[in-house]
Amino acid sequence: MDAYLDGELPVAEAASIGTHLRSCASCAADALERVQIKRAVAAAGKRYEPSAELRARIMHAVAGKTRRHSNWVWQVVAVPAVLVLILSLTVNWYVGRENARRQQVYSELADLHVAALASTAPVDVVSSDRHTVKPWFQGKIPFTFNLPELQGSDFTLLGGRVTYLAQTPGAQLIYQIRKHEISVFILQDRGHLTESLPSGANHALTFNVDSWTQNGLRYFVIGDVAADDIARLSKLLRDAG
Amino acid sequence: MEVPDQPLPAGMFEDLALPLFDQLYNFARWLTQDASEAEDLVQETYAKALRGFSSFQPGSNFRGWMYQILRNSFLSSRTGLKTTIPFDEEDHEAAQDRATPESVLVAQATREMVQQALEKLPVHFREILLLCEVEEMSYQEIAQTLSIPQGTVMSRLFRARRALRQLLERELQGKTHVV
Repeated sequence: MDAYLDGELPVAEAASIGTHLRSCASCAADALERVQIKRAVAAAGKRYEPSAELRARIMHAVAGKTRRHSNWVWQVVAVPAVLVLILSLTVNWYVGRENARRQQVYSELADLHVAALASTAPVDVVSSDRHTVKPWFQGKIPFTFNLPELQGSDFTLLGGRVTYLAQTPGAQLIYQIRKHEISVFILQDRGHLTESLPSGANHALTFNVDSWTQNGLRYFVIGDVAADDIARLSKLLRDAG
Repeated sequence: MEVPDQPLPAGMFEDLALPLFDQLYNFARWLTQDASEAEDLVQETYAKALRGFSSFQPGSNFRGWMYQILRNSFLSSRTGLKTTIPFDEEDHEAAQDRATPESVLVAQATREMVQQALEKLPVHFREILLLCEVEEMSYQEIAQTLSIPQGTVMSRLFRARRALRQLLERELQGKTHVV
């Protein structure tokens, strides 16, 4: 337990203890008490501050001895090294942030998809006819789009609803294939979506996702079906758009 | 603090060692329990480290190295010679004690109570708790600093925490009886 709380256990072991703690009240109480002691010691241990006089004395002793020895070769090496370090940290930070943003948009899409399916009226316009669904959006969203002819495919259009992603209104269409529902989100591409989300197939939170930009519109296809089904529906939409 | 694996220029010592000044002083004061002794100890540590910097292994842990010097200086000082630090604990019991009903009380311990309890602990318990909780050193770093195997770090840390908890419990129970 101590090794777990000190962050010294291998990831797998730590995960299994974490799981156990969520279901075992007495171990959780024990862990809490140990954490409290850890925190108390950490707080109580930071107690003494050196005098300004000692600080000055040490700094003088150290700086006086070392400054004279520092040579220019080191500086020539150090400056590019520091630049590389800063650059790599920035890139790491950026990639991490972009990943987080991407996951956030995907999980928001997954939420919208699940919430629509769970609601008593998943779609506001109930029709399998694209010529009914498309005009219904007129005046409700600030753009129009084309929907594919589904004859000869195993997809069925269930209907559509207006949705919002990142404060942008868009169309959500729900398709069905073999009792599985797939949501298609169509939004105006305002740049910020494209920035954080590269096109292409993806897998997020057990959903398969495909996304692309076409004619200034951003498409997302998301559902709990095989990536292959997502790809086929995406192709139909691409060809129509 | 990992240091790049190449010869170390002297100017680097300053960059590595000065940021540790406040924590080293805090640690020294906890060990010596005396302000002027702590000052001497820190000064001696910096002087020794500066002289020995060329022998510092590049790529190894600088912070651990500094603490090691400080602690060795302390152990050879007048106060330090009076303290005994066990070489190895035979008592290798596993962390199997469970929360006692009294332990809930520990949460009520004030900062002063914890500080007093830390002062009462033997040096080898006090220092390992400080390295782990205040300096947030890994077991490996602590092992290096104290020159003991990692297994001993774990058992000593376990016994130090148990001793601290018992002190706090005793203190808190004494208080509640009075009230």
